[in-house]
Amino acid sequence: MAKIIIPTPLRKFTDRSNSFETSSNTVVKSLENLVEEYPDLKKHLFDDEDNVRSFIKIYVGDDEIDPLNNGETSVDEDTIISIVPAIAGGSIN
Amino acid sequence: MKRMPEVTITQEVSDFMEKHAEETYNNECCGFLYGHENDARKITLAQRVENTKDGDKRRRFKIDPDDYRKAELFAVQNNLDLLGVYHSHPDHPARPSEHDRKQAVPFFSYIILSVMSGKTAAITSWQLNDDHQFEEEEIKTLQTKSL
Repeated sequence: MAKIIIPTPLRKFTDRSNSFETSSNTVVKSLENLVEEYPDLKKHLFDDEDNVRSFIKIYVGDDEIDPLNNGETSVDEDTIISIVPAIAGGSIN
Repeated sequence: MKRMPEVTITQEVSDFMEKHAEETYNNECCGFLYGHENDARKITLAQRVENTKDGDKRRRFKIDPDDYRKAELFAVQNNLDLLGVYHSHPDHPARPSEHDRKQAVPFFSYIILSVMSGKTAAITSWQLNDDHQFEEEEIKTLQTKSL
């Protein structure tokens, strides 16, 4: 089963769990499996068209992937999928 | 009147952030904040991270996603919680901008250091509420390392 690492800011929607094991065989299916288990997480991970939000980055192992084009990337029991929120800001509007 | 939420930081963390913000002036600096969240939020460690914003860094900061991924890993490996980020506002108040708010994520403490003419003038902390608006947190500074 692949393991999804939940970033700290989103753990309030996963009952404080920091990871989730999934038996799905692609990256996107794994993420869909995650939000089925934790429905409150869905709006923070997916947009209205069910695509991964633009400010969320997805890593498979050490490599960032584009879920829109590479979401069908296969995963196995050793795969670590990381959800990474973009962190940015600045002093003026 | 509603009581302001609190966040506790050590004096070492406060000094660390001030030094970073003043060294980086007049660009914005940024870094990660670690600690524990039990009954109350306690930040015991700060870590610098590169501001990867392209171009002018005086009014913007950006953290590389891979640096963020490593910070989460660091927290797990060291039995800590990643509790927030800090950044500086050179020659601007220690208040979050609309740009800060739009980019912010839930749960995190956003510590902002106002650096005026190269010296830290104010430090504030903010957290998003359920309406995606920032609420200020009262910073309590502990003089000891042992929390």
